Amino acid sequence: MLLASLPLLGLPLAGAATTEAPTQEPGSSGEPPPGLALFRWQWHEVEAPYLVALWILVASLAKIVFHLSRKVTSLVPESCLLILLGLVLGGIVLAVAKKAEYQLEPGTFFLFLLPPIVLDSGYFMPSRLFFDNLGAILTYAVVGTLWNAFTTGAALWGLQQAGLVAPRVQASLLDFLLFGSLISAVDPVAVLAVFEEVHVNDTLFIIVFGESLLNDAVTVVLYKVCNSFVEMGSANVQAADYLKGVASLFVVSLGGAAVGLVFAFLLALTTRFTKRVRIIEPLLVFLLAYAAYLTAEMASLSAILAVTMCGLGCKKYVEANISHKSRTAVKYTMKTLASCAETVIFMLLGISAVDSSKWAWDSGLVLGTLFFILFFRALGVVLQTWVLNQFRLVPLDKIDQVVMSYGGLRGAVAFALVILLDRTKVPAKDYFVATTIVVVFFTVIVQGLTIKPLVKWLKVKRSEHHKPTLNQELHEHTFDHILAAVEDVVGHHGYHYWRDRWEQFDKKYLSQLLMRRSAYRIRDQIWDVYYRLNIRDAISFVDQGGHVLSSTGLTLPSMPSRNSVAETSVTNLLRESGSGACLDLQVIDTVRSVRDREDAAMHHLLCGGLYKPRRRYKASCSRHFISEDAQERQDKEIFQQNMKRRLESFKSTKHNICFNKSKPRPRKTGRKKKDGLANTEATNGKPLRDLGFQDTAAVILTVESEEEEESDSSETEKEDDEGIIFVARATSEVLQEGKVSGSLEVCPSPRIIPPSPTCAEKELPWKSGQGDLAVYVSSETTKIVPVDMQAGWNQSISSLESLASPPCTQAPTMSRLPPCPLAAEEPQPPFDLPYDPRPSFAFPPSLAKAGRSRSESSADIPQQQELQPLMGHEDRTHLSPRTANSHWCIQFNKGGRL
Amino acid sequence: RGPRHFNLELLPDAPPGVPKEGTDLLRLYHRFRALDRNKKGYLSRVDLQQIGALAVNPLGERIIDSFFPDGNLRVDFPGFVRVLAHFRPVDDDDSGMRDPKQPEPLNSRMNKLRFVFQLYDLDRDGKISRHEMLQVLRLMVGVQVTEEQLESITDRTVQEADEDGDGAVSFLEFTKSLEKMDIEQKMSIRILK
Repeated sequence: MLLASLPLLGLPLAGAATTEAPTQEPGSSGEPPPGLALFRWQWHEVEAPYLVALWILVASLAKIVFHLSRKVTSLVPESCLLILLGLVLGGIVLAVAKKAEYQLEPGTFFLFLLPPIVLDSGYFMPSRLFFDNLGAILTYAVVGTLWNAFTTGAALWGLQQAGLVAPRVQASLLDFLLFGSLISAVDPVAVLAVFEEVHVNDTLFIIVFGESLLNDAVTVVLYKVCNSFVEMGSANVQAADYLKGVASLFVVSLGGAAVGLVFAFLLALTTRFTKRVRIIEPLLVFLLAYAAYLTAEMASLSAILAVTMCGLGCKKYVEANISHKSRTAVKYTMKTLASCAETVIFMLLGISAVDSSKWAWDSGLVLGTLFFILFFRALGVVLQTWVLNQFRLVPLDKIDQVVMSYGGLRGAVAFALVILLDRTKVPAKDYFVATTIVVVFFTVIVQGLTIKPLVKWLKVKRSEHHKPTLNQELHEHTFDHILAAVEDVVGHHGYHYWRDRWEQFDKKYLSQLLMRRSAYRIRDQIWDVYYRLNIRDAISFVDQGGHVLSSTGLTLPSMPSRNSVAETSVTNLLRESGSGACLDLQVIDTVRSVRDREDAAMHHLLCGGLYKPRRRYKASCSRHFISEDAQERQDKEIFQQNMKRRLESFKSTKHNICFNKSKPRPRKTGRKKKDGLANTEATNGKPLRDLGFQDTAAVILTVESEEEEESDSSETEKEDDEGIIFVARATSEVLQEGKVSGSLEVCPSPRIIPPSPTCAEKELPWKSGQGDLAVYVSSETTKIVPVDMQAGWNQSISSLESLASPPCTQAPTMSRLPPCPLAAEEPQPPFDLPYDPRPSFAFPPSLAKAGRSRSESSADIPQQQELQPLMGHEDRTHLSPRTANSHWCIQFNKGGRL
Repeated sequence: RGPRHFNLELLPDAPPGVPKEGTDLLRLYHRFRALDRNKKGYLSRVDLQQIGALAVNPLGERIIDSFFPDGNLRVDFPGFVRVLAHFRPVDDDDSGMRDPKQPEPLNSRMNKLRFVFQLYDLDRDGKISRHEMLQVLRLMVGVQVTEEQLESITDRTVQEADEDGDGAVSFLEFTKSLEKMDIEQKMSIRILK
């Protein structure tokens, strides 16, 4: 949008600049150069956009300079500084060019500078707060603006009749009413600029700000009606015209809102289908919102209202539909554009003021206007508030009223409107311009400067931010439902009733229509709060956990004893063979020692802490797809790990796992198969252990569920590359895994006891962790651990293992001994072995099937995966993680069909 | 306190007659009569269940229950008003003039909170157990959230409010978790003034 605006913004400037141009470009437009010019100066071709870019650059640099000093910006609002800067720049331009240049053109202002600001404020409007106070906002916007316009206009006319305005100001009552209509509207840009820095409480802010946005319709109507009356001449105005004027108020405001809502609907609907072209999502938001603005402008409806409604209406659905990245992009672009436009507006306002040819001064008019707008604003606010307080649950007190009266800032809208007046029809235009400039400057600079101390002095309730908690979110929903129910019982169809109605309608129809199915979940507010809390917790935890990892993690007391080859393999063996062992979950009856527990804690800590090493850079040159970057993946994993940890802490309460018992198991086996190959196909080398646990039926079930899950998960991934849903799904897996692990520990029932070491292994805390890791790894194949980290990991892992293998502690503590007999037939963990089974992933599946022993891979590979983060950098020499992944998938599919 | 306000301190003792003309209480009385389909002088559960919007309200059933404390099967007009009195807005000037010996008004912050708490605490043991929290969440959270996720949300919610570590939320903990919220405002309906 900005780019598009460049040439157009430049157009008015371009003509002005030509006068200076010749001095800057000698030789370019003279006689044609004789030969090939080595150097050509083509100022004219780039002039317009160049100037625009320069102005924006100057404004941005000025902003940087202002913010270098905290003291200045904390005292003086930015808008004041910018206006003052504009005055200085305007003075310089005037001194150099001998005439005023680069002024705020109404066309530029309305078509390019205003829309981004309004869109930004509409889109990020706290909708709940807005609708909670809609009644007050509408009253102030409609009644208040009408009141201000008529009283100010009439009072000025009275002033003129009283002879206090110089007779050279030739204006009739209609002229004054016209002036009153344009000077009376509170300006959204100015209000936003000042109030954003003041931080008054939310209710007060939304009332002042909402009023400034919604009064546009009234201003536009009043201005147009008065203007046309003035042009017609007061003698020719019929009674019907007054009626038409009143009717047009409704047409303009409701029409503008309707246009906005239609475009909001279109926008929401469009973003529903951008699944595969995520990259244009932000663009769509801006384009359709801008289209709404232009359409309303074209139909001479209230364009500001249209964009506000568009932003307000579409946000919920658009945010749910577009990807996380697009959301960030929309947010930042919107803020950037709005801030940019605001800066330019205030600066140009300052520059425009120095053009003395445009305005003519009359002290009586200026002072009178200043007094009247302040007085009538205050009076209007007090009167309206008195009426409103009869109906409001929380009355607006005196202090609020003072701030509201004082916060009625006028701004660039008034200035642009007054510039648009026709001098031939309104002879007093120059006086009006001067007065408007003074009013705008006075309100923005004087009131803007003093409102902060005033708010402090009056001790206005400030806005307070506290972290959202799940309880609050839940209870707020409860309150809403309770109030709606009570209104039902009382039989009064009030606000809560209608809000409840609307929410049900929205849930039933609108959201179904406008939201992608996969996006449906993140819409739930409670879930959303939960999700965000989790992320925050996880990040803070990991920040601490990282420390532990680097310091204590590597200096485990048990570090020297580091042989547990057998155990790990036995672990794998048992897990491999024991897919039927879900039955056995109830079986194991082991008392865990304190040490085990500590080890478990350490292990999980390591799991949690090891998120950091991650590949940072990924060469991606696609213009159409942005690859998921490390940060996001990191967030995701942090989330997963946090969920897992949380569940660990709750597992003591999880006795009711039976209902989903059948579910996690097949999944787990499915995973395993995905990891290795179908272990039912075990052929040579190692026979399948514990076949007794695994009857055929179970195998078939496993395979089916695996296929199901595969298709399921791949579909999810495809459908939602953005990842939220995927996270949730992974989460649920983690959850289930967590439950399994919980059951491992809490369900004692001695029924079938596998050979003792395996039994002991089975209850080891990281058993579940391995399962989880496998899950992670299968979705995250691109992990790299730095070498030092890897060493640390190896050590801590092995030490943990050796620590926590209760029955066999004697044998394995001696390092590098042959593994204990039971485990002799087990494959060895990869970090003790020279051979690396990972390249098998590079083979085509058929080759792999033919060439490799099933059981080997089936037993090894889960562990491989567990350690894959450590080995990533090694096997990247063989193949990129992506290819590994794809082969994996192929194998997985094969396995599924077996 | 003007004649517009219904006097709830007196009400429980007052006979359930027709309230005085021109009071807000009269409107409630008309509503009460309208809900009472068979003109039996009291409301039964069915009378409240027939309110259409209440049926789709996720908490509707529980709110109906709160009209029938202690296993009663009927609620008379004073009882009806007493429940609704929880939702009266708090008057600032009320609190200053209040006689300290009088019991706390029904629309005080504590009583509003207690009302909500009782909606959660189904077995009336003074604690919101994990199971009770799960049930509420199931009502509130959309169908799109899976059972597992619901459980973890529950765990987190209980954990967040639970300070003494008993795995349940007592009333004290409940009020603490809401101490930053403007309950007086959020649990009030203007028309009941």
